[in-house]
Amino acid sequence: MTVLAADQVAYGVAARVVDPEMPMLTLEDLGVLRAVQVEDDGSVVATITPTYSGCPAMTSMRDDLVRTLRGAGFADVRVDVVLEPAWSSDWISERGRRALAAHGLSAPGPAPRYDGPVPLTLVPTRRAVRCPRCGASDAALTSEFGPTACKALYRCVRCSEPFEHVKEI
Amino acid sequence: MVSTGPTDEQPDTDNPYAGLLGGDPSHWAFGIAAYDAQSADPLAGVDATLPDGVDRRDLATYAVMLADDALVMSHRLSQWCSNAPDLEEDIALANTALDLLGQARLLLARAAAADPSVVPALPEGSPVLPEDALAYFREAGDFRNVRLAEVEDRDFADVVVRLLVFSTWRLALLERLRGSRDSVLAAVAAKGVKELAYHRDYAGRWFLTLAQGTDESRARTVAALDRIWPLRSELTDVHDVEARVADCGVGVDPSTVSAEVDAVLAQVFAVSDVVRPDASPLAGVHGRKGRDGLHTEALSRMLAEMQVVARAHPMGRW
Repeated sequence: MTVLAADQVAYGVAARVVDPEMPMLTLEDLGVLRAVQVEDDGSVVATITPTYSGCPAMTSMRDDLVRTLRGAGFADVRVDVVLEPAWSSDWISERGRRALAAHGLSAPGPAPRYDGPVPLTLVPTRRAVRCPRCGASDAALTSEFGPTACKALYRCVRCSEPFEHVKEI
Repeated sequence: MVSTGPTDEQPDTDNPYAGLLGGDPSHWAFGIAAYDAQSADPLAGVDATLPDGVDRRDLATYAVMLADDALVMSHRLSQWCSNAPDLEEDIALANTALDLLGQARLLLARAAAADPSVVPALPEGSPVLPEDALAYFREAGDFRNVRLAEVEDRDFADVVVRLLVFSTWRLALLERLRGSRDSVLAAVAAKGVKELAYHRDYAGRWFLTLAQGTDESRARTVAALDRIWPLRSELTDVHDVEARVADCGVGVDPSTVSAEVDAVLAQVFAVSDVVRPDASPLAGVHGRKGRDGLHTEALSRMLAEMQVVARAHPMGRW
């Protein structure tokens, strides 16, 4: 029998908590859960990072982590925020990308890296987006801004269905 | 169909609402389930140590300046929600407002942590968080934002032009602020750069679309640019606080971004076939401008609306 370290048990519990706005993704799949540590006194510290500065789901994620870990028997739970390095859509796991597609959302491509000045782009962003419903590669951008901070809106030219694309950031 | 997790489970065919909550009923009461000070602090666990060689009051004041720009601009943008030309623009402007509001919140929290004496005093036992006290319980004269952020938009061209100039300038500032010796400011800037890149592209595309659209849209855009241009030069004026925090490697001297701002705007004007305006800067009063707390009347009216509910309930829990 393998005995798991307390850290691993706590991480396993925290890793099951889902994103409140995209519940097909766990916080681990989304790349928001950065660490879970059990201190010497038995208290648990989970560390998360916001996707966008104004992400309104942060409080909800923190509450969900606290409640889930408490439910699993960890009485003393704290959730800390880490701002550095800033979250990137590149951190969404392969499993998370498959889950997005299975639920009709288009997964992000590689995020741009801005080390120096950010180039201005006056033509619509070009992405290799596939319709998550019919698989067509012909999709028209409706808006760079969608129902949550992390999504853009597309419409499939072949099947005419609208769908959401998780933006590269 | 939403399931409870990434693994494919058998759907509950009897109850169409099963799984809608991701298996967690608390999601109907989004984010308020276990509301307490720890879960509400946007900087919980973040190292708030002051870097060497910076005055805490200067750091706090500088963070308030950057926060107020974002907060006031955010509120103005959110006023477009349900008033923009179509639903997509309502959503785009609301998203942009939300990003800026998030930046403002982190920066106000940074200011309060650096120097708690900048936070307005509230009645004993008030649950209002420091960043909320700064946002909702200061008078217009205590706001440090540039005046470009506060002026009212007369039509959609106004908000496009303001957002173009504002986001071009703020992006240039935050690109440099990523190197701040204050780790919180550097982290807020690194994330903000990614967000502002989307805001600037959005405004630039609309500027081009309107300027190259109909005669009417072009005339309105040029008129909006003429109205707003006198507020451009204030963006790269240097306040004493900004000069001091820049000297010690914590802040950015705004005059150093002037050339980059002009170069980006020149690019947009060139493709839009619009001539850069030649209007003289909006003067201050005895040399005082937005950074000194000297504002247009529009800010007082805006704050009256923005702050009224919070001020009526200083003991309120939200």
